[in-house]
Amino acid sequence: MTEKEPAAISTRAIEIIVALMLLSVAVLVIYDSKRIGAGWAADGPEAGYFPFYIGALLGVASIWILLQAMLQKTSPVFVAPDRFQRVLAVFIPTALYIATIYFIGIYLASAFFLALFMRRHGKFGWRKMLAVSVLVPGILFLLFEVWFLVPLPKGPLENLFGY
Amino acid sequence: MEEFSNLLHGFAIALTWQNLMFMFVGILLGVLIGVLPGLGGANGVAILLPLTFSMPPTSAIIMLSCIYWGALFGGAITSILFNIPGEPWSVATTFDGYPMAQQGRAGEALTAAFTSSFVGALFAVIVITFLAPLVARFALRFGPAEFFAVQLLTFCSFVGLARSAPAKTIAAMMLGFALASVGLDTVTGTLRMTFGSTELLRGFDFLIAVIGLFGIGEILLTMEEGLAFKGVRARINPKVVLHTWAQLPKYWMTALRGTLIGCWMGITPGGATPASFMSYGVAKRLSRDGHKFGTGQIEGVIAPETAAHAAGTSALLPMLTLGIPGSPTAAVLLGGLLIWGLQPGPLLFVEQKDFVWGLIASMYLANIVGLAIVLTTVPWWAAILRVPFSIIAPIIVVICSVGAFTVHNALFDVALMLVFGVVGYLFKKLDYPLAPMVLALVLGDLAESSFRQAMLLSQGSMTIFWANGLVGGIVALALLMLVWPLLSGFLAKFRRGGDAHLANERPIE
Repeated sequence: MTEKEPAAISTRAIEIIVALMLLSVAVLVIYDSKRIGAGWAADGPEAGYFPFYIGALLGVASIWILLQAMLQKTSPVFVAPDRFQRVLAVFIPTALYIATIYFIGIYLASAFFLALFMRRHGKFGWRKMLAVSVLVPGILFLLFEVWFLVPLPKGPLENLFGY
Repeated sequence: MEEFSNLLHGFAIALTWQNLMFMFVGILLGVLIGVLPGLGGANGVAILLPLTFSMPPTSAIIMLSCIYWGALFGGAITSILFNIPGEPWSVATTFDGYPMAQQGRAGEALTAAFTSSFVGALFAVIVITFLAPLVARFALRFGPAEFFAVQLLTFCSFVGLARSAPAKTIAAMMLGFALASVGLDTVTGTLRMTFGSTELLRGFDFLIAVIGLFGIGEILLTMEEGLAFKGVRARINPKVVLHTWAQLPKYWMTALRGTLIGCWMGITPGGATPASFMSYGVAKRLSRDGHKFGTGQIEGVIAPETAAHAAGTSALLPMLTLGIPGSPTAAVLLGGLLIWGLQPGPLLFVEQKDFVWGLIASMYLANIVGLAIVLTTVPWWAAILRVPFSIIAPIIVVICSVGAFTVHNALFDVALMLVFGVVGYLFKKLDYPLAPMVLALVLGDLAESSFRQAMLLSQGSMTIFWANGLVGGIVALALLMLVWPLLSGFLAKFRRGGDAHLANERPIE
């Protein structure tokens, strides 16, 4: 996904990329099924027996899609650049959010994520922003750690308070 | 009638104050999920499923199925007031519902939508009550070959009924099966496709896939649209409700057709979304006011809503009796059954009477309670949608992440959810159907084990799949469904015409 290019990406190109990805999954499945045995053992079908056929069918279907896409002459634009900007504006913060959960736990990460997202896309005042980004993780904390006793990922801050 | 005494017993179970409370909470959560974009029936249930691991299965299924009913109701609110379908099955409701709201008849449209949903669902529950025990009794005769044949039929019907290209349906389905086979093979104990990774040992959980595909994928799509919610104000008062109710009996034919289409599409795995479109199309063609459809006809609201609810409800019939869900949400509920330690299939009706009849009785109650709740609380839900998307979107992302984490207490799953989100976005944009993929992911292990058992019985010979009339008939039907796109394409060449406009607007659930 080359979002830097000003030329709009055609649906056909994405179609071909996705078909190729599916094809590589199919090859992987067939390869691994062959490795663990896709035939018939003394005690019945081997572990790779069923997945082998799944992989084969996936391969056939993806080649079919690939050919259809390549034979297409005209193709609409997959996504206009400004729309794609908006998609990235959610995707990148979400990816960063999930990465930060690893380090500072889900509660603090959620607070930062909510605050930054609201600030960037909503142009809210500080007061509203703080309210939401403190309340939501707070409710989650009560719900999971206190009432349902389901532990969620925590970081140094929670450790400080003995959780 | 044995069904009546069973049903009464079911009511005794569903009417405990505890289960009633779960029902109430479930419906409220369901409507909320149905109203919010990016949270739907399937991923809403998926997110809450981990919280029910420790609950008694009957209470758990009552709450989760009520979320489903609530989501079915909730979808209509956003369609009519905001012209934004909160759920795929309410897209057809926008065609006439929103014009009605613009003309100041929002209350009328909402009452018609809720009431016809209720009628459709009620009819479907009655069908389940009397048909399900028969199907289950019949299915007791099934062996592994028959079960595999029924599963084959399910998946072939997707190819036959889907509006997407057959190759894409097959590819999405096979991807689901491939992902389902990752991890420990339960029969031989071999590790499959883990490539030495300990994280992949667990395999791909369908709950993670559902949360990613439907939740994150939907958020990405909604952001792309750059939605600004501009809604019509709704006022519902008893006068409007009674006035609308007085009008409705006139359209009993439309409602009946919608219900029948819905039941049919729900039991065969068409799902609620195609059912609502089909019902709208049929009503448009057969109604005397057909040419006025799209300008705010009450019939245009009744038709898709009865069908969607009838389909959504009757999707539980094959799930309970055969272990084959008729819709993605039913698939998630089926996954729940497996997690609670219940084996779906015909034996459920013999061994788990309390569970089955408690659930069926709760469906009657939940639809009555649901109708009362949505009729009285519409303004609140409309108010929630006035909260800007820039607050709702990150909150939904946080909820999805928490939901993905709690499935296995694994952070890897949260990252996986994001990957599934991207897949969901790409697949939706390229018109790959998501429902068969999710169903394959849920049914993968079951389908594989019945296939293997059948193969063991026949010592590796495929002839077992046409060894007797029953299995041969099902397989033949499955193959017919598989080549249906070719056949219908062929037929269409002879009969030119049809409703090309509507066909283009049919999305796939």
